[in-house]
Amino acid sequence: MNSVTLTRQTEDFSVFDIDRVRADFPILQLKVNGKPLIYLDNAASCQMPQPVIDRLVRYQTTQHANINRAVHYLSEVATMEYDSARRKLQQFVNAREDREIIFTSGTTDSINLVMHGYGRKFIKTGDEIILTTLEHHSNIVPWQMLAKEKGAIIRVVPINDQGELDIDEYEKLFNERTKFVGLIHVSNALGTINPIQRMIKFAHRFSVPVLIDGAQAAPHMALDVQALDCDFYVFSAHKLCGPTGVGILYGKATLLEAMQPFKGGGDMITSVTFEETIYNTIPHKFEAGTPPIAAAIGFGAAIDYLTNIGLDHIAAYEQTLLEYATATLSEIPGLRIIGTAAEKTAVISFILDGIHPHDIGTILNQDGIAVRTGHHCAQPVMQRFKVPATSRASFAFYNRKTEIDALAAGIRTVQKVFL
Amino acid sequence: MHTNSLYQEVILDHNRKPRNYGQLDPASHHAIGHNPLCGDRLDITLQLENDHINNIAFQGDSCAICKASASMMTTAVKGKSRDDAETLIQEFRELATGKLDLDQPHHLGRLTVFSGIRDLPTRVKCAILPWHTLHAALNAIANTSTEAQDETQMVSGNS
Repeated sequence: MNSVTLTRQTEDFSVFDIDRVRADFPILQLKVNGKPLIYLDNAASCQMPQPVIDRLVRYQTTQHANINRAVHYLSEVATMEYDSARRKLQQFVNAREDREIIFTSGTTDSINLVMHGYGRKFIKTGDEIILTTLEHHSNIVPWQMLAKEKGAIIRVVPINDQGELDIDEYEKLFNERTKFVGLIHVSNALGTINPIQRMIKFAHRFSVPVLIDGAQAAPHMALDVQALDCDFYVFSAHKLCGPTGVGILYGKATLLEAMQPFKGGGDMITSVTFEETIYNTIPHKFEAGTPPIAAAIGFGAAIDYLTNIGLDHIAAYEQTLLEYATATLSEIPGLRIIGTAAEKTAVISFILDGIHPHDIGTILNQDGIAVRTGHHCAQPVMQRFKVPATSRASFAFYNRKTEIDALAAGIRTVQKVFL
Repeated sequence: MHTNSLYQEVILDHNRKPRNYGQLDPASHHAIGHNPLCGDRLDITLQLENDHINNIAFQGDSCAICKASASMMTTAVKGKSRDDAETLIQEFRELATGKLDLDQPHHLGRLTVFSGIRDLPTRVKCAILPWHTLHAALNAIANTSTEAQDETQMVSGNS
């Protein structure tokens, strides 16, 4: 391990030092259109700190080979490091066993794996799948594909004007035909934190398994899948300071064992003849082919980095950003915040009277400010609020209040252009 | 390029007061254009008589670039022949994607205010959507999208 990583891992982050955190992210030194980058698109993808970059370099320069195959030195090192990354993820979500962590290419891939592995095996004609209005397209489209194939029915939990799920309606949707629940932990479009523990508990009264899309939750709060008692939990590395191209599916071992494989190929088998193939045990059964080894090891390093700062510290700091941003942006005449749930992560979706989000995004970019504009792959949410799109500022623990001031100033500039 | 040079007064004016805004009824040709990247949607109706665009209207939810482009397009093609309209469509597409040599003769006139869009790849589709939709309407394609490469990929029916 190099010195930078060692130093980081032994330092105490109990007092949140924003300057020290920012110094870890080389990209934050970038200038865009001659202005310092103000990166407020963290819900789409988060930036990578130096220790994770260093870990990727170290892997590629001293440890790379294919895993689970050869007996030579590098293959053994790479396999060990890959397995170690799996254990880091196990600890991060507090899974019972490391074989309950499947490496996938990301959240979307994880959901598709559950759809193919669980859904196609256990969901039948006339069965009902419960989703919510807040879902990202990645937790809608696979289930629609399944419903179409099987003749199953999708039931949707509505939201109120604040962007919170209607829990009474959720509970009313259950009946003997309900066979699956797909539920977003934190809304990517609005930031709403859903009361998933209570919702999981209710689903289990009907023996219905629940998949939690944790893409927007995992970066912002401590997780405990055993306490939540969720059946599946999925998220991507690149929203947690890790590389793109890797994510996980956590699943209860009994469910993963009952599932059919999704992708066929190498590593997911015990033996193959042309007459019969015997599948490997979990997690290998679901990791056909050479996995994203480097990315998974980088994911492990990102987990170390975040754990070292502490998810509780991150959550507390981000809440101060949310409060400040909500207060600051609310002062701007003609600005309306979409999504005002009582429980939110640091995401502000907003619209400006008479100004399209794409124009807002382009003009803010001129000041070096990166926000997301569009429907955020959550068109049902947009339809619910009767807007085609919003602008979204999503904050990470390396953002600071001066950047929120700059965003507010940028928004006023946009308004002046369109006066 | 400086973004504010894109948001010039003529574009802002057409955004504030779009010309030919609405829907023609009856219309001889009609198409709806979608930009799936932002959810924008544009509806174009026109009355074609003796191969001339006698009247044209547009409506929809879109950004300033798209709305101004649509508004200026309707004023540019109204009264023109189908062939002249197709020439403008082709020239505007080339302008927006940076392929048009502005020093060579062309028919775009004031539409060249959109030349700056070529430096903003994510916004090129906003400017092109109205032209794309007009092309679809003239060729009797009911639904189109900025993602359609050619007519064979366009989806018909209501989506």
